[in-house]
Amino acid sequence: MIVMTKDTMQIVREQDVVPFRNRVREYAAKIGMSLVNQTKLITAASELVRNMLKYANGGKVLIEIISKNAQTGVRLTFIDEGPGIANVQQAMQDGFSTGKSLGLGLPGTKRLVNEFDIKSTLGEGTTVTVIHWKNGR
Amino acid sequence: MSTTAQHLQKHRQRIIETWMKNQLTDAALRDDLMSNDELRSQSDELLTALLRAFNSGNFDDVYSSDYDQVIEILNDISITRARQGFSPRETGQYVISLKKAVNEVLEEELKDDPGALYQETRKTDSVLDSLSMITFETFIKGREEVIFRQTDEINEISTPVIRVWDGILALPIIGTLDSARTQIVMENLLQEIVNTGSSIAILDISGVPAVDSLVAQHLIKTVSATRLMGAECIISGIRAEIAQTIVHLGIDLSNIKTKATLASALQLAFSMTNVEVRKINRNAGFKLMK
Amino acid sequence: MDRIPILKMGPFLLVTIQVDLYDRLALTLENDLISMVSQTGAKGVLIDISAVTIVDSFMGRILGNIASMSRIMDAETVVVGMQPAVAITLVELGLTLQGVYTALDVEKGMDLLYNKIGIIDVLEEDDQEEEPDDCND
Ligand SMILES: Nc1ncnc2c1ncn2[C@@H]1O[C@H](COP(=O)(O)OP(=O)(O)OP(=O)(O)O)[C@@H](O)[C@H]1O
Ligand SMILES: [Mg+2]
Repeated sequence: MIVMTKDTMQIVREQDVVPFRNRVREYAAKIGMSLVNQTKLITAASELVRNMLKYANGGKVLIEIISKNAQTGVRLTFIDEGPGIANVQQAMQDGFSTGKSLGLGLPGTKRLVNEFDIKSTLGEGTTVTVIHWKNGR
Repeated sequence: MSTTAQHLQKHRQRIIETWMKNQLTDAALRDDLMSNDELRSQSDELLTALLRAFNSGNFDDVYSSDYDQVIEILNDISITRARQGFSPRETGQYVISLKKAVNEVLEEELKDDPGALYQETRKTDSVLDSLSMITFETFIKGREEVIFRQTDEINEISTPVIRVWDGILALPIIGTLDSARTQIVMENLLQEIVNTGSSIAILDISGVPAVDSLVAQHLIKTVSATRLMGAECIISGIRAEIAQTIVHLGIDLSNIKTKATLASALQLAFSMTNVEVRKINRNAGFKLMK
Repeated sequence: MDRIPILKMGPFLLVTIQVDLYDRLALTLENDLISMVSQTGAKGVLIDISAVTIVDSFMGRILGNIASMSRIMDAETVVVGMQPAVAITLVELGLTLQGVYTALDVEKGMDLLYNKIGIIDVLEEDDQEEEPDDCND
């Protein structure tokens, strides 16, 4: 796997969400991702960044264009130093929420992108990594 | 600087000449697919990257970052070759003939020191063997991609969206419905809904061999997306055995309008859009005209 | 502070969302709309999202809230003009906007509202919503 471009964005307040989404869209468009796949990736990104703001008071996101086996994609890494998630498996289930919400963010995001990885340690923070390939597969 | 790299760097020009010669004398290489100049510049680029990697002194692990660039170039070459229709043999020959060239230079350079020659060739051989394996793997991936693309094309062709009436679209699905195909069906259907301003879409599944819970899920997704856009979806072509499996599997389609035949779906669509189709009595019409 | 203009059209309110909404703007819109419904006694709300390129669970929830709150005040809500990419993404995310009516464009949305509230537009026969019993043969 080769990282072709690397970019970081700090997310500290709600106003950072839209510029962040636009940045992700720029990268996705740059590698020629189709509109539907762009929309899926950006929606996933939006969910994850909201979680970061809501549950961890913000954090940072790494935006990268990567290439593997001659396939190009966008990789986003959401890193926060929030409270962490006690039971990741439970958090990944549709409908589970500690925020009186729909509990769709994490499981929905996983459905939207090609690759999804979450690591969380109580008291240390949460890191979510997603990859979406150019052709959405 | 590693001594291997030193030896090779010194004879860089010779390696490239021998390698080119090896490639070009291979009877199987079709020069219709690539010009010699292209081949040379490609080979040159790879050799540069390879010598740089050798220079790191790492001969054990081609998956380490020292070889990133080499592998990237090689992947690019194999994928391109797969797409252009090169044979696996031609593609495999590419790295194998480089190995020959490298060995020739080493033999020449170390002819007085068999021990060192053995050591050096062992190192370079192991790297080049791994690289030729990677070349094959990627070549096959490239072919797979060609197949994927063709599948997409077939899917595209086999899911036509037909405008059957003003405001009514029909989409006959033939063959099975997997998730890749569902994506295409959804995209085509929704785009056509926008283009034509149609408010009803009929999904005819008479040509779908079997409906399991996965296929049903795909159908439900399509219906939901259509509704979000503000159009209604009717599923037609539900044969007896499909109805049976749906019930046996406990799939809930109660929220979805279903019809046995395309004709009855069309009829429903007509009544939903306040269209009435009836036989006219020509004689009566004639009388009226008078 | 920015506001999204709300237009009164006969018995209905029309909102056209032109930009990707910041959260606060979306919440302001929710408040403004609801108070407008109550002030004007509007019978329906049309939200045109044809220019919106992404709807995440936050935005989806706002749309749902507007619909539920309006309904309590006896007004129906129609979301019109959702883009295909957005619809596909929402379905994958798992958000199907239950309780919100949808229509292809503003005109069709108005027709739908007229039908829902039973004002018969004399120029049109209107049994649009009276679907025949589903005789699944
Ligand atoms: N970055 C995070 N730090 C700490 N906890 C998190 C983080 N992200 C998610 N969680 C926990 O995981 C749960 C599930 O998250 P998810 O995004 O699926 O649902 P939600 O945010 O509660 O609701 P929705 O996203 O539908 O509005 C959250 O309720 C929260 O408890
Ligand atoms: Mg969430």
